[in-house]
This record gives sequence, C-alpha cells and structure tokens, in this order.
Amino acid sequence: MPSLKDLRNRIASTKATQKITKAMQMVAASKLRRAQAAAEAARPYAASMEKVLGNIAASVGSLETAPLLLRGTGSDNVHLLLVCTAERGLCGPFNTAIVRHARERAIALTAEGKEVKFFCVGRKGYDQLRRQYGKQIVELVDLRAARTLHFEHAEMIAEKVIARCAQFEFDVCTLFFSRFRSVIAQIPTAQQIIPPLFDSKAADALGGAAYEFEPEAEDILHELLPRNVAVQIFRALLENAASFYGAQMSAMDNATRNAGDMIRKQTLTYNRTRQAMITKELIEIISGAEAL
Amino acid sequence: MLHFEFVSPERVLFSGDVDQVDVPGVEGDMGILAGHAPLVTPLRPGILTIYNGGARETVVVIGGIAEVSPAGLTVLADQATPRDNFDAMTLASAIKDAEEDVADTTDEAQRDKLARRLEQLKTLQAALAQ
Repeated sequence: MPSLKDLRNRIASTKATQKITKAMQMVAASKLRRAQAAAEAARPYAASMEKVLGNIAASVGSLETAPLLLRGTGSDNVHLLLVCTAERGLCGPFNTAIVRHARERAIALTAEGKEVKFFCVGRKGYDQLRRQYGKQIVELVDLRAARTLHFEHAEMIAEKVIARCAQFEFDVCTLFFSRFRSVIAQIPTAQQIIPPLFDSKAADALGGAAYEFEPEAEDILHELLPRNVAVQIFRALLENAASFYGAQMSAMDNATRNAGDMIRKQTLTYNRTRQAMITKELIEIISGAEAL
Repeated sequence: MLHFEFVSPERVLFSGDVDQVDVPGVEGDMGILAGHAPLVTPLRPGILTIYNGGARETVVVIGGIAEVSPAGLTVLADQATPRDNFDAMTLASAIKDAEEDVADTTDEAQRDKLARRLEQLKTLQAALAQ
C-alpha cells in the first residue's frame, strides 16, 4: 500500500509529463502549419516536372542513346530502396509505418529472387532496418543538423543516388516516404524514381505532334533527369516533414489525454486512501474513548 | 488565349490565361503565343515577360525549363523573383561564384559551359541596370 506522499509524488510527476506532451503538441502544431504550406507549395512543381518529363520521354521514345536515368539498365535484378524517415521519434507510428512499407516490399522482392539494397535518409529508419538488413544498407544520410529543409539537401542525396546509378550498383530505385493528407492521415507511399514511371496518358496529350527541342533532346534530358530525381526527393522530404509534425501532433494529443485520464485515476486513489486513513483514525479514537 | 503555368520549387507563381509570354530560352528569347508548336527548351538567366490585356509583368528567372504543349505553356523556374523585388546583390554574388568556378575548372568542356553561364549572368545584370 503506497503512502499518501508516494501518491502525491506520482500525481505530480504525471502532471509534469502532461505539461511536456502538451507543449510538444503545441510546438508540433505551429511547425506543422509551416511544413504543410511548404509541402503543398512544392506539389505543383514536382507534378509539372513529372508531366513535362513524361511528355519529353514519350516523344523521344525508346531511343537507344537515352540517358541511363531515363531508360534504366534494362534489367531489374537489384533494387535500391530509398527510405526517408524522420530523425526523431515521439511521433506515433510515423517512422514504423514507412519502414514497414519498405520492409514488405523488400520481402516481396527477395522472394522473387531479386537483390535489395537500402539507402536510408533519417536515423530512425536506419535504426529500425539495421537489425534485419544491416549488411544491405549501403548508405545513411543524416539530416539532423539541418534546421530547415533546403533544395540543396535533396540535391546532395540525389547526387549520391545518381553516382551509384552511374556505377551500375542498382537497376531500380524506389523512394519511400509518407504523403501528407491531413493531420490524422499520413499515407506511406512508394514511388519509383529511377527509371521514372510516367502516366501513359501523358503521351496522348500531344496528339501525335512531336516536340521541337532547343538545343538537342539529349542535352535537355541530361540536364532535366538528375534534376527530376532531386525534385522528387525534395518533395518526399517536404511531405515527410509535414507528415511528421502531423503524426507528432496527434500522438502528443493522445499522450496529453492519457495523462489526464491517469491523473484522474491517481487522484481518485489518493482521495480514497486519504479518506480510509481518516476513517481508520476516527475509529481508533472512538474505540479508545469507549474503552475508558 | 494562351494557358500559362509558372511554377518554382517554392510555389505556383502564376496560373491562368494570358495573351503572350516572352521566354528567355538558352538559344534566344522567344515570344510564345497561343497555338505555338510543341517545344521544349531550357532557360538562361534572364527576364520573362507576361503580356495580359494591356498589362505587362516582368519576372527575373534564373535557370529552369519551358515546355509548350497543345495544352499551353509551362515554365519551371529554378528561381523566380518579380523584377521590382529583385535584389541585385544576389546576382552579383552569383556572378562572383561563377567567375571563381570558371577559374577553378580545368576540364575544357566544363569550363566552356561555365563561361557561357557567366556570360548569361552578366548580360542579365546589364539588362537589369538599364
């Protein structure tokens, strides 16, 4: 039976925890607003980029000389999974959901006899994958030092991926991230970025007319493809940031509510114990007086 | 009317119908009107002009790509700032960086490319100074 002092301490510590989760929720809420605006603003650019590239790719057709980034290596034996997660936890199932999605894909690919490699962006995903796939993780990019996400970060990651592609280290690269739909809904998403997959509808938009290229189509593609990789990664990072704060906000909201429930329960126990002690003392006094 | 989409990585700068857009392509300026033949060209640092009704709007763009399809014109700019808000200092520092890059590069083809970019940046600076 805990003493009254123990119970008081316990309530105080739960209250302190509740204050922290409440503060974290409010911080996440304010950061979410900015992250959400950034993610939504980046969508049209990434989408237009994809559309333009799709149109160009469709009109270039199956050119033998098309850059490696567009046509791929021609096989699909080695898959690189680019797993983007957060650097921090305390955000509910956010990191786990992305990692689970990637792991399911890895298991399916391995069952088909393909080789799987991981490229981790964000320490949390790395920590979760390390146990199972330690040797298959080829690189880890840690963005903890970055306070705000810039396009340079995405470019840096893209450069590393493209360098590996040029070395024929993989055939297909798939990006894993969490798409932000709303504060309570973040959808773990897989997007193949090398070679890029385009909507087959895009080809029809031209109505058979061929593009004029100024200068050559090849030069344009050489410039545009690496940029597209960076743009898609940048979009993934921004969506991830917004999803992270959304997930953290709802996780901390839950934690605050749970702490509230716990405080109510603990207060009840505290009051009961106190009442029991008073009653006990009264009985002792009364029975003592009667005995006289 | 020409349908015009103008986006940068940060936001959508313009989306709607206009009369004409002058685009600074790498091989020269182009006036794009409705019904232009499908075309793709990268952009050089320069001034993009939007004509709508009697109004004229000028935007400084640094790098990017323009695509004309039957659906309209799409400009994906790496950086875009309305001319009035454009800070000459950013351009000056970009020119300085480019000069250093040209000096540092040993690869012949690479240096040609960088020198061309430097030239374009200087042309833009001169155009803005007018």
